[in-house]
Order: sequence, then C-alpha cells, then structure tokens
Amino acid sequence: MSVLVYVENVQGQFKKSSFEVVSYAKALADQLNTHLIALSVGQVANDQLNSLATYGAQKILNCASLTSFDSQAYAGVIAEAASKEQAEVVIMANSFSGKGLSPRVAVKLKAGMAAGAVDLPKVNGNKLSVKKTAYSGKAFAMLELSSTVKVIALNPNAFQVKENSVPAQVEDFQASSASSKVRVKEVVRANDKISLPEAELVVSAGRGMKGPENWHLVEDLAQALGAATACSKPVSDAGWRPHEEHVGQTGIAVSPNLYIAIGISGAIQHLAGVSSSKTIVAINKDPEAPFFKVADYGIVGDAMEVLPKLTAAVKAYKGQS
Amino acid sequence: MKILVCISNVPDTTTKITFTNNNTEFNTSGVQFILNPYDEIALSRAIDLCEGGKGTVTVINVGESATEPTIRKALAIGADDAVRINAVPQDAYFVAYQIAEYAKTQQFDLILTGRESIDHNGAQVPAMIAELLDIPSVSIVKKLDFDGKTAILNREIEGGKEILEVDAPLVASCAEGVAEWKIPNMRGIMSARTKPLQVIEASATDQWSKIEQYETPAARSAVKMIDAEDVNGLIELLHAEAKVI
Repeated sequence: MSVLVYVENVQGQFKKSSFEVVSYAKALADQLNTHLIALSVGQVANDQLNSLATYGAQKILNCASLTSFDSQAYAGVIAEAASKEQAEVVIMANSFSGKGLSPRVAVKLKAGMAAGAVDLPKVNGNKLSVKKTAYSGKAFAMLELSSTVKVIALNPNAFQVKENSVPAQVEDFQASSASSKVRVKEVVRANDKISLPEAELVVSAGRGMKGPENWHLVEDLAQALGAATACSKPVSDAGWRPHEEHVGQTGIAVSPNLYIAIGISGAIQHLAGVSSSKTIVAINKDPEAPFFKVADYGIVGDAMEVLPKLTAAVKAYKGQS
Repeated sequence: MKILVCISNVPDTTTKITFTNNNTEFNTSGVQFILNPYDEIALSRAIDLCEGGKGTVTVINVGESATEPTIRKALAIGADDAVRINAVPQDAYFVAYQIAEYAKTQQFDLILTGRESIDHNGAQVPAMIAELLDIPSVSIVKKLDFDGKTAILNREIEGGKEILEVDAPLVASCAEGVAEWKIPNMRGIMSARTKPLQVIEASATDQWSKIEQYETPAARSAVKMIDAEDVNGLIELLHAEAKVI
C-alpha cells in the first residue's frame, strides 16, 4: 500500500503548488500509516526531483519520456504507476492541467474522486471524507469516497507547504502506454506575470477604475506588492482586461492570503470567487458597497486618489524592511 | 459534422445558497435554475461552428423532467435536438457514464462541455467522458476552431496559453473567450417547442462518491475602516495584525 502524488512541473521546475500537494500527500500518508511515492512526468533535473524528499516523498518516480502534456497519455502513466505501487490514494493539484487529468486517472483506476479539496480527509475505516468547495465558493461539501482506490485533486493555496525531510531515491519509470494524440503548436507564457490561481497576493479592480487607461495604477500597486492582477466580470466583459483575469462565480476562484478589491461593489457572484481569501481589503468610494460586509479592512475613497498613495506607502514599507 | 454539447441545470448565479435536511440537501425553495453559463458558451460555439448547414448540434442533459425548461432554452438558442437521460445526477462519474453510453450509440465528431458546473465545480465530467470513450480531451479551452476533422484549440495554462491541434473525435471543456453568449430570438423560442427531445432511461453504474453534508463558510469578522488619508495605517495592520505582508 502507498499514497502516490503526481507532481506537476512548469518547464522543468516544480512550483509552490507542487510542494503543497507533496506536503498534503505526506500528511495523509502519515494518517494512513503508509509511505509516500512521488511521480514526475517530463524533463526535470535531478536536483529538482530530489527536492521532493524535503517534503516527505520516500521514492521519486521519474517518467522523462513524455515531454508535452496530453491528459490521455499522462493519465495512462499515472494509473500505471498507481497500480504498480499499489496506491490506495492518488493526489494531484487541481490546476488547469490537473483538471483535465485527475478525472481520467479516476476512471482508469475505478476510483471515487474529490475535486477541489481544501483540507486533509477524515479517515473512516476504508473510506475517506474530503472537504471540497461547492457552489462556486458559496459552500463546502463533505464528500465520502468509498472505492478501494481514491483520487483527490487539491486546490492551490489550500494546504501549507511543510518541510518533512526523508531519505529518498529517484527511480526511472518507464510507462508502456505513452503516446500523445495532442500536438502542441505553440506555448505562450508571460514569465513576468504571477499566475492568478496560485498567487498569494492579488490586487483586483472593477468598474470604479473608470476605464482601461487607469489600469497602470492597479499594476503599479500589484508590482510593488509582488501580487497578481485580477478584475471583476463587467471589466473583462467590456474588454478592459483579458478574461483570464476575471475572478468570481463564472471566472476563476482564488484563495490568496491577501485580496485587495478596488472599485468593485461586491456582487454575490464576485464574492463567491474570493470569499476563501484569508484577508480581504476593500477600497470603494461608496460606503454602502456590499464588499465592506465581507472585507477585513476597508477604505472609503476614490481609487484614483487612494491607489497612488497606497503604492507609495507599500514601496516605502518594502524599502525599509 | 455532429457536435454533442453536455448541459447542466444549475442555480442562478445570484442565488443565496442554503441547505435543508440537516445540511445534507441543497434547498431549492425559491431558487431559479438556469443553463450552466459555461455550458451556454460551449453551445454558442457549437452553433457558430455548424452555421450554414455545416453540421448539427445535439444537447444532452442528465436530469429529471424538472430540467426540461433549461433544455428548451438550449434548443431556443439554436441546438437542433436534445436528449435527456432521465435520472438524478448522482455524481460526476454517473453523469459522465450516462453521456458516454449515449455517445457510443452515435458518431459525434466533437463533444463540448463547460469548464465546470457552477454548483459542484468538479470540472470532472468532460475528462471522464473522454476516458470512457478512450478519446483525447482538452480542458479549459478559450478558443476553438474545428473543420469536422481537426480541432485547433487554445488552452489555458498557468501564466499563459497552449495552442494545440487534435484530430476528431475529441472532448473539449469551454471557458470564457470561446464564444459570446447568445440571446434566443423569438423564432428560436417558438421553434424550440417543436424540436425533438428524446428521453432515455439511465444505465446502471457504480457509485464511489457521495455528499455527506454541506457547510457554509464561517462568517467573517466585522470590517475595520481606515481613513483614506491613513494608508500607512492599513500597511501596519496588514503587516502586524493580518500578517500577510
């Protein structure tokens, strides 16, 4: 028996969410009194692979033969590793790629699956109860998994990275069924941008910014803080900002440590996507804006005036610390 | 070309979510149900692709008869015909299994879904259908072109996008950007009443997951207001009290 964690890499590098899933899987393996095996697919350097031992992986399987992501081929590799290692639970990130991958693994392994887990499962005999998001952030569901093998997809920023160094070995893993039917024509990646679903700090703005020409004020604050930028639905619908920045019920759900909402009134659809943020700051010129009801800190004021001052204050604070 | 669009019947986005029966069931009292917004843009794209007699669009829903207004809405937007699998959707695998069983009896070139339903947010059904049919799938697609044989897709990845080419048949889950929402016109609404809606009984399958209970998020503590002139006060609180910077 074992717990298997699939660890996603971006251009050969593991990300914070990769270490989150390993830390989560290690905690679950300890609960189940079993050992933790990590699986990496793609070209990843040895020092990167070895870093997984820092978070508790006792064996690290390295399947370097597949290079570009195809959910069908990757699911085959993960299911094969799970069977070989007699994994009782398979864990991976509920990332953009993970969402296309984990359900395929679940079908292959005839496994019950929890997508969007936000906490460690409760172990109840052979069953696991997993807390997951539901109704687009308006609720949580406790989902009971009763199959022999279980698959859990963990939300980013839901579980803290925890070091747990163990001795480990890296082994090559050859999968028998690895051929990709998806042809990658081009990858466009903005390396200077912080990925929104994983961001720890998010600066988000709405119609209160009055127009796209004022967005440099939002970007200046985000840059000073090292935060990702986001926006409300009316803003992306109007084409002021790209759709991938739209946060809310029909956009991306985020759970950063700090969410700063500027000129966003706080419609229920928007609040659904941000309510699991740890700290919320609302800046709005309307003292009756619904956002103040869910915010931890509020400033009543015009975004055009408050933002430059706040950015300057953040820079001064960063400069002295 | 033949396109299948999978649609879900979900509470309206403005719904305040509450539960009944000791928090084990969603409280549907007074709730307006809608076509899942992401499924709706998938449908819009399917209709665009088939425009000018290039193909047909079938919509499929797993649900009891109460979902028929949502199915009729999809027909009014422009789907050619509809299938309803008559069952309460047990979990994502159950839904995917029913759709895959139906798809096996037809020859669809392309199966579309929304990126996720706004009630369970699992994003599992599209990839599960593809796995059950043993065909490729691409999740969270923001652009989609399809000539009946090969699809060119633009998939969201962390911090960017991937442009992919996949031969039919395939499954794609659609996100914002793939199409504009369409508003049904009067002709669409009238013709929706007479378009074919086939009802099929569900196939038996395994169930490995079950919702035991729901929780609503804990209420947040009251907001602390800071004067607009005192931005340093906010920084101090974020540092010393919230410990987030």
